[in-house]
Amino acid sequence: MAEKTYLQAISDGLRQEMERDERVFLIGQDIGVFGGAFKVTQGFQEQFGERRVIDAPLSETAIVAGCTGAAIVGMRPVAEMQFCDFVSCAWDHITTVAAKQHYRAGTPIPITVRLPCGGGFSGGPFHSQMYDGYFAHCPGLVLALPATPEDAKGMIVEAIRNPNPVLFFEHKNLYRRIKGEVPDQLYNTPFGKARVARAGSDVTIVTWSAMVWTALDAARALEGEGIDVEVLDLRTIAPLDFAAIVASVQKTSKAIVLYEDTKTAGFGAEIGSRIAEELFEQLDAPVMRVASADVPIPFSPVLEREVLPQVADVVEAARTMNAY
Amino acid sequence: MTTTVDVVMPQMGVSVSEGTVSRWLKAEGERIEKDETLLEISTDKVDTELPSPASGVVGRIFTPEGDTVDVGTKLAEILVGDAGTVGPQVAAPVVAPVLPPPPASNNGSGVPGDAVVAPTSAGGDGARFVSPVVARIAAQHGVDPAAVPGTGSGGRVTKKDILGFIGPPPVAAPVASTVASSVAAPVPAVAAAAAPPAPAVAPTPTAAAPAPTHQLTDATAAAMVQPIPGFTGDERVVNFTTMRKAIARHMIESVRTSAHVTSTMEVDMTRIVKMRTQVKDEIANTWGVKVTFTHFVMRALIDAIAHWPLVNAEIRGESAVIKSFVNLGVAVALDGGEGLIVPVVKNAEEKNLVGIARAANDLADRARRKQLSPDDVAGGTITLTNPGIYGAVHGTPILNQPQVAILDTEAIVKRPVVLTDAEGSDTIAIRSMMNLCMSYDHRLIDGAYAVQFLAHLKRNLQEWDLSRFAG
Repeated sequence: MAEKTYLQAISDGLRQEMERDERVFLIGQDIGVFGGAFKVTQGFQEQFGERRVIDAPLSETAIVAGCTGAAIVGMRPVAEMQFCDFVSCAWDHITTVAAKQHYRAGTPIPITVRLPCGGGFSGGPFHSQMYDGYFAHCPGLVLALPATPEDAKGMIVEAIRNPNPVLFFEHKNLYRRIKGEVPDQLYNTPFGKARVARAGSDVTIVTWSAMVWTALDAARALEGEGIDVEVLDLRTIAPLDFAAIVASVQKTSKAIVLYEDTKTAGFGAEIGSRIAEELFEQLDAPVMRVASADVPIPFSPVLEREVLPQVADVVEAARTMNAY
Repeated sequence: MTTTVDVVMPQMGVSVSEGTVSRWLKAEGERIEKDETLLEISTDKVDTELPSPASGVVGRIFTPEGDTVDVGTKLAEILVGDAGTVGPQVAAPVVAPVLPPPPASNNGSGVPGDAVVAPTSAGGDGARFVSPVVARIAAQHGVDPAAVPGTGSGGRVTKKDILGFIGPPPVAAPVASTVASSVAAPVPAVAAAAAPPAPAVAPTPTAAAPAPTHQLTDATAAAMVQPIPGFTGDERVVNFTTMRKAIARHMIESVRTSAHVTSTMEVDMTRIVKMRTQVKDEIANTWGVKVTFTHFVMRALIDAIAHWPLVNAEIRGESAVIKSFVNLGVAVALDGGEGLIVPVVKNAEEKNLVGIARAANDLADRARRKQLSPDDVAGGTITLTNPGIYGAVHGTPILNQPQVAILDTEAIVKRPVVLTDAEGSDTIAIRSMMNLCMSYDHRLIDGAYAVQFLAHLKRNLQEWDLSRFAG
């Protein structure tokens, strides 16, 4: 057990799983010689060699489609998109082939695509997006979005072992900012199981990825006002642990869905809709959503703060819910 | 209320500094919609159409056709009234969405225009909004929400208000055994909560529960939900452990599944008591095994099952599934009321007394040290418990699903009993008497069958043959 950053935890998980399973290899831009744009794979090429840590050309399609091919012949590929935003170049392959091949021909496609995602550091419109909303809509994909270092390690290992194509969203703004206790040994964290990050009784906040920390900060601030917030970290939005949401909403009867993606048609809208549909008689207030404004993410720090959900936004939403 | 929106000469290119109004498509006073073409302009670089920035009525036109003006010059005004919409805005950053306030009860104007949910009224003045959960709770408890004081927005009744109004739930009555109407054997009165070591149903132990491969996260999450230490007022709340939750669940499901009946048989254990005293040291020295009374009962039980196989069976749908083996579960109580667990001696029918004792002791020992595997507690066909070690003389155990029989061995108590000798003379003797209480599922096993099984078991114990353990 040791304290690690979110980034180190992912790196550890990758390295230990590669040591355990020879079939695992990595491919991405600048991941080999350079050690990765964020240094997740620093030292990997020295340890595992060029055949298992591949510096790819500037073609997301080639990277991901190549992984699909490798998976079909029995390997366990892990692709890195240098920024989540660039995965749109591999869009067609992921949604047309990777997501549907098992349905169409019975061939499992056990690829993992790592997506450094999210904003909050003036990355601008092409380096700050959350693509979870887009992909959640495509059947056949697993979407994993760890919030803690401990989950990051366990979930990258699970992603590699999982027989489905897994989109692994690593939030860039958590890489070095968030530290936590991470077990030294190799372990995997099952998908489809949410985590109560903070138990509470007055209001439920359903959230995932970096927004978990925003919610926890808000909850801490609200303690002083006597508002007891429950924060539910979904960890994976596909598969979705709706039972955990049911349990929480039955307790508090007040739900806020907090997500970093743009508000309209982001995945939180689906959750809000399901809560209203399936838990109507449990609700003591309408379901609220707090999410990014429907604009490209600004570069300007001042504007970015207006667009991305801030702690103050969550606090205000919780106050409104509590007073309803 | 009218506002004016300016129409200005745009910059049609980085180097362009002026533009010419070529043609106005609308005149002053004419209606125009947003994005509808208002005029045509021309510059050095390009001729183009200018759309209206707003819907409304064209006000003053300042720049006549043919005039050339600098970039930024006001060309005209659009008058925007109540029906007009103002031009494109930057999407507002999301803060708290506006929730329509529920109607206030003493607001004479009644229902607001854009209320999200119509009041589901249950009477009263009908003006206070009743949320879905409050309506449901009110209906369940026969309460009129209008009668409940409300602390919510606009004076509405909140979930907390109505729950507080209703008060805490009454203490649940003890669960009675379900009895089939045609039972032949007498039904003992329900001891319910009063029978403490009535260890009965085996819970799925925590090891067999869908355990995450990574323990830490659940422990961390569990640590977030702290039991309240100490007393609050007159009460102290201690949250259920995982094992207790499992036991609770299994107990209630078992009671709901089976038609529980309990029959009791008195057994004279004097012979076994003497025998055990004679052989226990020899067995311990030769085989390294400690033998208890329970082991004798277990061995006798297996023999009796051979003649009465239904007690070792399982109900599936409308069939009895007879087993060709006996996996005998032995209940082990864990310290401090923590719970109980029922490890299983597999293929007990193949074991003699020593084998049974060895297997049962090993399982009990590992159970107390929390070293059982999921396999150790799975697959039982019948269960034995021994609350007698604490002194009880009667019990009504709950079946360990999907089994149809469970036996309690009660305390061995020296009592005066009447013995009839071979010639028919009666004397009073002091004998070691033990009650055997068996609960069984009357869906499959009738009283007569159950009692005959118990009688056979009683005979086995009272006529125990020394040669039985040596082989």
